[in-house]
Amino acid sequence: MASSIKIRAKESNGVTTIKALVKHPMETGTRKNAKTGKPIPAHHITEVKVEHAGSVLMTANWGPAVSKNPYLSFTVAGVAKGETVKLSWVDNKGKSDTREATVS
Amino acid sequence: MSLKRRVLLKRTMAGSAVGVAVSAGLLHPTSVMAAWPKAAFGADSAADAVAKLYGASDAAPSGEIQIKAPDIAENGAVVPVSVRTTLKNVESIAIIVEKNPSPLAASFTLSPGAQGYVSTRIKMGKTSNVLAVVKADGKLYSASKEVKVTIGGCGG
Repeated sequence: MASSIKIRAKESNGVTTIKALVKHPMETGTRKNAKTGKPIPAHHITEVKVEHAGSVLMTANWGPAVSKNPYLSFTVAGVAKGETVKLSWVDNKGKSDTREATVS
Repeated sequence: MSLKRRVLLKRTMAGSAVGVAVSAGLLHPTSVMAAWPKAAFGADSAADAVAKLYGASDAAPSGEIQIKAPDIAENGAVVPVSVRTTLKNVESIAIIVEKNPSPLAASFTLSPGAQGYVSTRIKMGKTSNVLAVVKADGKLYSASKEVKVTIGGCGG
């Protein structure tokens, strides 16, 4: 299966910018199926973690108010070119995915 | 007879909807969810969300936090929001939408190496203030910006 994550990390003047896109429905749980009127169960990412060399750079806790196919970006110092950063996410149904990127 | 059949159908439909909701609730893996601040995300006011997330609600307004978001968002389902702060030792940044059904949209915990910047895209139900609450050096700071929403992004 193709990875749900697209991640880029770019270093410039000692600061690394990490950008990521995750493919996920981010269902709020308040919407209803237009035909049946049944509520669509909530299905959203709850936790995103970005790690570098075994230590956590950033942890994000997300609620259902984060947009569908979420985008995330942040900056960090002390991550050099050629090193790898790893992003992983977990959703409220226990699904997860992980992907690594090399800093350029 | 057909009338009874309608009633029966309606009842079974209602029953199955409840069943789906219950099983969805049961599916939550507690071990995974343990770290997720459920109470803070379930809070129904911005102040309550801050209190439940940080255990304190005395966020001081700060000019050192900039929120970058559109003045008018045409589509409330996708509102790009960036928060940048020049405060030192930023531990956490939370993005809160005052008038969303559950105001807390996202919270980011930053390592010491990370800089005071996060960017993401959020949903907004209607025109509201977007709050950024930053925890730096153990203290809370906040800033807000109004975003007008033409089409809401939370309903169906």
